[in-house]
Amino acid sequence: MKTLKPLNGNQTIAEATRQVDPDVIAAYPITPSTAIVESIAQFKADGLITGEFVCPESEHSAMSVCIGAASAGGRVMTATSSQGLALMWEMLYIAAGLRLPIVAGIANRALSAPINIHGDHSDTMGARDSGWIHLYSENCQEAYDNFIQAFRIAEHMDVRTPVFVGLDGFIISHSVEVVQVEDDAEVKKFIGEYKPVYSLLDMSRKITVGPLDFTDYYFEHKRSQIEGIENAPAVIEQVGKEFGLTFGRPYGFFEEYRMEDAETAIVVMSSAAGTGKDAVDELRQEGLKIGLLKPRVFRPFPYQKMAEALKKMKAVAVLDRASSPGAFGAPLFTEIRNALYDYAERPKVINYVYGLGGRDIKVEHFKEVGAKLEKIRKTGKVEEMCGYLNLRES
Amino acid sequence: MAVRLKDLTKIEDKLVAGHGMCLGCGIPLIFKVILRATEDPIIAANATGCLEVCTTIYPRTAWNMNWIHSAFENAASTIAGVEAMYKSLKKKGQIPADKKIKFMAMGGDGGTYDIGLQALSGAVERGHNFVYVCYDNNVYANTGGQRSSATPLGASATTDPAGAKSAGKIQGRKDLTKIMAAHNIPYAAQASPARWLDLYNKAEKAFKADGPAFLNVMCICPTEWKYESSMGIRLAQMALDACVWPLYEVEKGKYKINFKPKEKKPVLEWLKPQGRFRHLFKEGNAWMLEAIQKDVDKEWDELLKMEAPASK
Repeated sequence: MKTLKPLNGNQTIAEATRQVDPDVIAAYPITPSTAIVESIAQFKADGLITGEFVCPESEHSAMSVCIGAASAGGRVMTATSSQGLALMWEMLYIAAGLRLPIVAGIANRALSAPINIHGDHSDTMGARDSGWIHLYSENCQEAYDNFIQAFRIAEHMDVRTPVFVGLDGFIISHSVEVVQVEDDAEVKKFIGEYKPVYSLLDMSRKITVGPLDFTDYYFEHKRSQIEGIENAPAVIEQVGKEFGLTFGRPYGFFEEYRMEDAETAIVVMSSAAGTGKDAVDELRQEGLKIGLLKPRVFRPFPYQKMAEALKKMKAVAVLDRASSPGAFGAPLFTEIRNALYDYAERPKVINYVYGLGGRDIKVEHFKEVGAKLEKIRKTGKVEEMCGYLNLRES
Repeated sequence: MAVRLKDLTKIEDKLVAGHGMCLGCGIPLIFKVILRATEDPIIAANATGCLEVCTTIYPRTAWNMNWIHSAFENAASTIAGVEAMYKSLKKKGQIPADKKIKFMAMGGDGGTYDIGLQALSGAVERGHNFVYVCYDNNVYANTGGQRSSATPLGASATTDPAGAKSAGKIQGRKDLTKIMAAHNIPYAAQASPARWLDLYNKAEKAFKADGPAFLNVMCICPTEWKYESSMGIRLAQMALDACVWPLYEVEKGKYKINFKPKEKKPVLEWLKPQGRFRHLFKEGNAWMLEAIQKDVDKEWDELLKMEAPASK
């Protein structure tokens, strides 16, 4: 039965996992995603999930168990954060390279050093070339909805690529919201049966998984892997529409907020988008024609759609909750600026790094950005291309 | 009835011809015996290393069975995942209840003693039902002879070479078999390609064990030990005669030594034919020879004491 439940972000991932009931779950606890693993363990102890739950001795082994299990022909999930994801790094590429549709809930958290347990996107952004699909969630409801859709996307025969579902550490993982939890049977119906392609447990066909690939084949195999994630946009779109028709909450590549007549825009992912929308409302009342665009899908990057949505702006500020030391701008900024390059008419694009290590971002900070964009709109001049928000510089 | 070699030859090979392992390599000898020691189908995870590299150069494979390689340090956790999926699908009725499959992980000493020890310890502690086979050739042979924690005292390795001021590795070997036995698993054993029947019997016990089992098999390596490749089995026998590599098993905590030489040979006989110990016979390095003999004696005496009184 569908119900409204007070759940925090971690609980929504655990709840969705219980409903999907993967064949194997392998996860290692780490702040702030520990509660996902604990809740799943409790579900298992209470007989509410039928799949095997493995709690290995490290995240590296957790992802290795996922890889072994997924190669054995069933549905697999895990969850982690920060250093845990970093420890999995080697295995992330292998999961994607072997085309295993593993789904991972990531309570996004800063990376050491200095050690910090709070939310930023350094962990998944650090794994952005690992071949995984990235979905990001603004709130608990989106985390729940994204997590369910992730199985459909990952397991689609044209895609067969693992998926991260990001939710901001503490800000979402530990905040309780009222979440629409769908009916167990409806969720199972939406997900459908798992279809193994090659399985180690299929004794009628002997297979060698993960052979050594030299100069004569490696390149072609990597190319075919890339094709999987290139096929993902059509599937993400279809699954998002179908999710809307089934459960009443449709999803696309990004959300546009008050963008219809906007002349400037702020681009921001995940939980900060909520604060950003409040700031846009206030700035609108003050007479600024400003909107907000919240990316949901970072890999594959929906560059054409994103550029179409932003090309008519006069100025755009891209806010990144991760840095890319030494690069010309942070990850989201470089994607968006790159996507707009071929348009004759395009906005000025600036970048702010914000919220590293969980530093709060408030309405006043977004308003600061709005004022900066308005100045650029009026003068056409960019004083500083890449800067920081809410940071003590001295 | 004891198994006969000629009976084993009638069993279909799971590791077939066409692999690219060195002339005289111990790995295929070892695995051709082990893979015959169960009638059930086997699924194996292989750590990165000689066995993995030499058997699966795409688009060819030497594996006549289901096999997976994912990385270097995680053969145990990879097979744990396969085994978990087996249990899950069996419970859900997607695999028939009477379908028996054996799970196995394989790695060299690099992938087992060193980088893979954590994953192995974890998988064994969790009680996944699988057999882990370490083929221990004392060195990272796949990458050309770097030291491992299984490299013996006094051996020269490329990352721990003998030189004007070095008599080779100054540390002894990590005693992995005892470490694995200390996990209180149903079965742990050391074996050697010199004794195929002992190896077969141990593999059979390992496959039959109810829970994780560990086999540590000395693997002769002409390339990195630097000896005449035709004398590999004789060299393996010398290791047994000199008590450098004792054959023993630990069943439910009880130690049993499976081979005791009538006359214990000096370790010199084992060291001499091998190029990796050549420097020990140069002037000034005699102290290391003494140290090695002392070390071997100490370990052998300790093992004799550990043996269960009933089987003495």
